[in-house]
Amino acid sequence: MTRKLPLLTEDNSPFWQGGAQGRLLIHHCADCTRFFHPPAPICPHCGSFEVTPRAVSGKGKVLSYTINHQAWRPDLTEPYVVAIVELAEQAGLRFVTNIVGLPAEAVHIDMPVRVRFEQHEDVWLPLFEKDA
Amino acid sequence: MMFDRIFEKDVAITGVGQSEVGRPVARSGMRLTLDACLDAIADAGLTRADIDGVACWPGDNNNGDAFSPVGPNALIGTLGLKVNWYGGGYEGPGPLAGIINGAMAIASGLCRHVLVFRTITEASRRKVDKNASALTNKTIGRDSSFFWQWYTPFNVLSAINLMALYTQRHFHEYGTTPEQLAQIALTCRANAALNPKAIYRTPLSLDDYFASRMISTPLRVLDCDVHCDASTAIILSRADAANDGPNPPIRLEAIGAALHQPWSWDQIDLTATAARDVGEMMWARTDLKPKDVGSAQLYDGFSILTMIWLEALGLCPRGESGRFVEGGRRIARDGELPINTNGGQLSGGRTHGLGYVHEACTQLWGRAGERQIAPHHVSVVAAGGGPLGGSVLLVRD
Ligand SMILES: [Zn+2]
Repeated sequence: MTRKLPLLTEDNSPFWQGGAQGRLLIHHCADCTRFFHPPAPICPHCGSFEVTPRAVSGKGKVLSYTINHQAWRPDLTEPYVVAIVELAEQAGLRFVTNIVGLPAEAVHIDMPVRVRFEQHEDVWLPLFEKDA
Repeated sequence: MMFDRIFEKDVAITGVGQSEVGRPVARSGMRLTLDACLDAIADAGLTRADIDGVACWPGDNNNGDAFSPVGPNALIGTLGLKVNWYGGGYEGPGPLAGIINGAMAIASGLCRHVLVFRTITEASRRKVDKNASALTNKTIGRDSSFFWQWYTPFNVLSAINLMALYTQRHFHEYGTTPEQLAQIALTCRANAALNPKAIYRTPLSLDDYFASRMISTPLRVLDCDVHCDASTAIILSRADAANDGPNPPIRLEAIGAALHQPWSWDQIDLTATAARDVGEMMWARTDLKPKDVGSAQLYDGFSILTMIWLEALGLCPRGESGRFVEGGRRIARDGELPINTNGGQLSGGRTHGLGYVHEACTQLWGRAGERQIAPHHVSVVAAGGGPLGGSVLLVRD
């Protein structure tokens, strides 16, 4: 499956490249001790610049999902699952991803998942699979 | 939210216009724009010389891109206008941003008569490039967008995937069913049957809906609006200059434009979206209540968005939109709250925003012909999805 890849910046590269070391890096604020996403130079909760990428467990649950059936590109012939995963570390901490490694029909809301990186060039996409 | 100055009360709609609506129309985007704008100016009883402001959302979005091929810059000289103020641009409270910006220009004393327009030529474009509106086409090469980079790497290549995530979550939280959701598409089609300008007018049954192609579960092709070529124009006039024309002025009673969440498709409340902030703001600016609304023109770029707007505007309780639309009786033309009376964008055509304002005024003026609903004085228009949202409450006294 080919992918449109993000342009890497100082702000977003920890998220997109943490997978090189098997780590899911999410921005964390030292002042209010909360995570936030998408990554940025400032904490949107408290306005602090004391923010750094921090490794999370990579575990979470499916908040919502959809099975895409439309071939937006000629190579997208098989249905695939787009989901929003909420990370275990903090309520509301979430991002869009794909659920892989099981039949699309088996995915459901609240399903426990864990991260699994997929490398494309210099980007490690954080995808998720079912967590036993 | 507390507001002590309601600027929009100084502004009224005095004329509306629209080009041919087709799939496609053999006219340039500029010609469609001129057709709509001259139609609206004449409808208001004005001439080109009276127009002293121009507003548009999103304006010339990307050098003639079919999503919005004509902006204020191109129109002003082409139509020989002399304006005191003009403005366009994507970043604003959704497809009604032109109305809201134009009203602000009038209320702040810059203009007397503002021409608001919106042109779209996606039907023509898609004859050439089926994936013309894919999210990946917004940037060349690597995705440098502050927003789309969080979605396109995961093959979210159409907004429908994001809308499907909202829908699935609504189903999960509130027990909304596909049969209930289908009522938006069925209602729009029934209304379109009586609109000679609508794109799809053949009858649609629940079986037809469930036989239609699944695009992104649970959304089907019939949950998506239909691309068209069209332009729509609205004339906003200062209240003290609104009584000279042939039409009774339609007052802007209240607008909603708030965003109290991130501008993001996945970091906002998935089942309330920006629409919640917009609805709260609008009702904080008027003594009218949701029960006073006689008709509602609610964005249906995707069917779920109409459901979200019903709740966000307090037209039904939060989470209850499924049960509210069930069976379609309440939202039919002769129901307690007629919606999308020209067929919406699902069957009428994706005029993208101003089409709803055009239809609301057409109904309030009693000019809707065969599809005319019962006389009423208050109509609400809301447009946008996800982080995009704006609304306007219209009153014909
Ligand atoms: Zn903080």
